[in-house]
Amino acid sequence: MRKVAIVGTGHTDFVSDGPKTEVEMFCEAATEAMEEASVTPKDIQALYCGNVFGDFAEGQGMIQSYIANELGCHHIPATRFEGACASATLAIRDAFIWVASGFYDVVLVGGTEKATAMGTPLATRTFAMGSDGKYEFPAGITFPGFFALLANLYSANYDVPMERLREQMSMVSVQSHFYGTKNPHAQFKHKEVTAEQVSKGFMVASPLRLLDCCPFSDGAAALVVASEEKARELTDKPVYITGVGQASSPRLSAQAPFLPRIRAREVSVKQAYDMAGVGPQDIDLCELHDCFSIASLIAAENLGFAENGKAGELWEKGETKIGGKIPINISGGLKAKGHPIGATGASQACEVARQLRGDMDSEGRQVEGAKIGLVDTLGGDGIISNLVLQTNV
Amino acid sequence: MEYKLSFKDYHKALMKNKLMGLKCKACGTITCPPQMSCRNCTGFDLEVVELTGKGKITTYTTIYVAPEGRENEAPYIIVLVELEEGPWIMGNLYDMDPARADLDLIGKPVELGTRIFPGDKYSDGPAARPVFRFTDGK
Repeated sequence: MRKVAIVGTGHTDFVSDGPKTEVEMFCEAATEAMEEASVTPKDIQALYCGNVFGDFAEGQGMIQSYIANELGCHHIPATRFEGACASATLAIRDAFIWVASGFYDVVLVGGTEKATAMGTPLATRTFAMGSDGKYEFPAGITFPGFFALLANLYSANYDVPMERLREQMSMVSVQSHFYGTKNPHAQFKHKEVTAEQVSKGFMVASPLRLLDCCPFSDGAAALVVASEEKARELTDKPVYITGVGQASSPRLSAQAPFLPRIRAREVSVKQAYDMAGVGPQDIDLCELHDCFSIASLIAAENLGFAENGKAGELWEKGETKIGGKIPINISGGLKAKGHPIGATGASQACEVARQLRGDMDSEGRQVEGAKIGLVDTLGGDGIISNLVLQTNV
Repeated sequence: MEYKLSFKDYHKALMKNKLMGLKCKACGTITCPPQMSCRNCTGFDLEVVELTGKGKITTYTTIYVAPEGRENEAPYIIVLVELEEGPWIMGNLYDMDPARADLDLIGKPVELGTRIFPGDKYSDGPAARPVFRFTDGK
């Protein structure tokens, strides 16, 4: 396999009720990435696009074909990836594989979503499509409900009293909003929150309250990935994709032997770590899938940053901040940056790549000296994809 | 290969308050809700068996924000139940005030009843909905 590098990154503002279409948002992120990489439409050999609910939000399917055309990449193969909230990470993993294999030299990859166009009731319905429609949706499961079940199980299994877990979950949201105010693209760039606001917000699915939950969001992000040889022509600051992983899960109830762990994440991240030849102790920063505050704790454990039941201590001790042992979601995360689901994985990879290039000083949130970063994305109740990104190869 | 226990057959049985599962002839593991392969050993040689519908609550949540078309159901309790035969299934708990649900529910013995989710425009028809009540009648 050939080495593969990210040579360009693009990221729109993440917003609620945005004025732009999904195609427009993707194309704005894509052209930013293409300019950064100094490539033209003629250089792009394939387009991989994460998009989940365009059908419901805009009545638009097969968006990838129109995106390719609008960008001037006429007639190139364009493929849409649907893996719920992990869609764009699956797209990046495939872009990596096709470039690594030698089939392509330059691929444009990203995602776009306009979730707020659906409104909360329909969005709650469509997001629940990331659970088992026949055997679990009849009970009325929602996406917050999935993680609410895990939060209560977490408290009981690991003997973390709910009062303490409540405090830990609030710390997660407070930190995310703090860093979100430093990210000019964040949906909540003007909103800090207090632990009391988080713990007193209205209940969505007990024990999860409003500020435990990420918002519905509109936005897009994109990357240009290229072979090592091509990358050397295009940029002085390639960020290499050195490890990728992906794993699937059964319906939530059938994950019983492992819950509240998400076993698929442990499988996926091991693939990524092994391919890169690194372990959790080597990771300088991580963007993980904090769709809910409890999801951050579970993810940090599944990724190897803490023992099961102990991840809350990372936030309690400030180890997840810049300067801590493992800076997590310095972008503001899904919670404060926003979560346009088809775009989220590309946004995470964009964020980690920019951190590794040292671009974040101007925003006051650079993780100094970061060389190895991890992307973690969860779709529905169990599609996981992970990426290890590195500058030191 | 034909499904031993299709969604339709599982649904029809559940509507008669019978909870059906699949027993693996190779390893003896019970799988429920049904699927093509044994959840433990991945074998395809499965036989349909009736389960007791009894088990204990392993976790719960009270849903306050419901999906489109189901707003008038909220608040409602969702539980995961570990059945006596081993598998966990998702259902509702109906015989208590949802606002009073707390961690004391975990470990409580329950037994199965059935209601129906009539379906919505995305669901391709109705689906039987496992609901649970406390075994000791409390």
